[in-house]
Amino acid sequence: MSEKMELVCPAGTPASLHAAVDNGADVVYLGFRDETNARNFPGLNFNRKELEDGLIYAHDRGCQVYLAVNTFPEAGNFGPWHKAIDDAAALGVDSVILADIGLLDYATTKHPNLRRHLSVQASASNPDSINFYVDAFDVKRVVLPRVLSIPEIAALNKEIAVETEVFVFGGLCVMAEGRCQLSSYATGESPNINGVCSPASHVRYEDEGDRMVSKLGEFTINAFAEGEAAGYPTLCKGRFVTGGKASYLFEEPTSLNAASMLPQIAAAGVTALKIEGRQRGRANVAQVVSAFRRAADAVHAGEAVPELGLEAITEGQAKTAGAYEKSWR
Amino acid sequence: MSAKLALGPVLFNWKPEVWRDFYFRIADEADVDTVYVGEAVCSKRTPFYAPHIPDVIERLQEAGKEVILSTLALIMNAREMNELRETTKDAEMLVEANDVSACALLAGRPHVIGPYVNVYNEGTLKYFTDRGATRVCLPVELGHDAMDALLANTPAELEVQVFGRLPLAISARCYHARSHMLHKDSCQFVCDQDPDGMELATLDHEPFLVVNGVQTMSHSYQNLTAELAQMQDLGIQHFRLSPHTADMVAVAKIYRDVMKTEIAADEADEQLGTLIGDVPFSNGYYHGVNGVDFVSQT
Repeated sequence: MSEKMELVCPAGTPASLHAAVDNGADVVYLGFRDETNARNFPGLNFNRKELEDGLIYAHDRGCQVYLAVNTFPEAGNFGPWHKAIDDAAALGVDSVILADIGLLDYATTKHPNLRRHLSVQASASNPDSINFYVDAFDVKRVVLPRVLSIPEIAALNKEIAVETEVFVFGGLCVMAEGRCQLSSYATGESPNINGVCSPASHVRYEDEGDRMVSKLGEFTINAFAEGEAAGYPTLCKGRFVTGGKASYLFEEPTSLNAASMLPQIAAAGVTALKIEGRQRGRANVAQVVSAFRRAADAVHAGEAVPELGLEAITEGQAKTAGAYEKSWR
Repeated sequence: MSAKLALGPVLFNWKPEVWRDFYFRIADEADVDTVYVGEAVCSKRTPFYAPHIPDVIERLQEAGKEVILSTLALIMNAREMNELRETTKDAEMLVEANDVSACALLAGRPHVIGPYVNVYNEGTLKYFTDRGATRVCLPVELGHDAMDALLANTPAELEVQVFGRLPLAISARCYHARSHMLHKDSCQFVCDQDPDGMELATLDHEPFLVVNGVQTMSHSYQNLTAELAQMQDLGIQHFRLSPHTADMVAVAKIYRDVMKTEIAADEADEQLGTLIGDVPFSNGYYHGVNGVDFVSQT
């Protein structure tokens, strides 16, 4: 028996929100349909009316809603970000997830009663950084970078007096989040400014007969033999040549699945488990959320983590436990 | 006030005596106003050159340079945390914060904020200047329009990297070690084999990035000679040259000559090209396009 960990689930659309709520999410998180959030993809996210409806649906079923406003406002153009915070407060979201210090300052001053969480995009990886955000902006929870191992998380939790949330499933950043300019170097668009990484608008697949090449901007990110599935060219999951050898130098095209480590994560003092994937469809969200609901309930009851059967939805990708495994570094 | 020239911290793993002699020569010969000294990339490198740090600082200060202590960009363990606390506590010099933890430790007294802290807008800039930041070196992806907006109403002096490979990402993993099939914990310091970074090419053998231990950088060299005049008009007060094995005394002279309008930017670029060899320039971030691009001004 351990503390019950909260399950924080992605919603890129109202349909996914319903799927997450119906399948056991304690919280859904989402963003507005603009550059104020870090999943600013075509066809995704919520307008104000959809958020209002989503809040009613979730709250009626005992589920909370967090709003991610986790890009860095553009100099000279803070309007959309301030409005996102103002609307979040007016509509009654349960927390906002923020990364930018100026925006945290604005939210703290203008809406002191609006609960604030620190986004993973703030890359707060040590006690002094985390305590700064707690002292300065009274953040109630910190989403930890995906670079920390479980012993590091446990040690960190002993030095901070704030809830922590960790990623347990989905996409995996191998660079410190919020501190990576690889995407804008190749495409002009970045997670911090535009809310996108390796944007689809800059992706091309070129059939060269014996191989299929995936490109981001002008750069070849990967090449696939005939019949091999051509993956999406996320820059840091590409194949490159160093020292005369081609390899997935930064990271294989894997995604994170830390289900088997939930007991250790609970023992490390983590408050909430986050599932990445606001870009995923409702069926996928339903399956992942219900699987992690079963896993979290089992851990809470002191039982072993059950078989989750998520292999079928890995999109041809291998799974890794990421930094939670020591061998990752 | 006319703009000043700064030399950023050495970002690569140079042999300790090379590191020391580099700074001695900068002290004796380079026409720069400010010199940053200290490790921003990997804390495992510091012990090797640490014995030379006092001599380097003394020599630079005797030569009339302003010395600023740089600190680590990604702080991941108790040792690194404690070292940062010591540096920020004892420093009689200005310290450059490269992580939010350092900003917090330096609050209440004058300090510099480095390019690894996300200062993207006037709200964040004001937050830090209210707490003692006097100079901010902007994140690499900010360009002309952001500079213009940030300079509109701030007491801070702003700094921009105008020369050298751009620091694009930092990770808890070491890709230099990984490339050599080593773990970070037993890396054998292989990053010292690549004093300007290890070249990373695409599968089509197009140079793209370089690896510098836990840091990933551009293959191209940022070069903003043609933009110096416009940035001076905007009010940018410090131009940062990031150290490479190319002759940095000569690089500094070229930038100084452009700032004084003694040579034109295209002539400067030709001279710089000779110094750095067969590597492209980039200035795309300044112009709001792909960072890798070079927008010709002529």
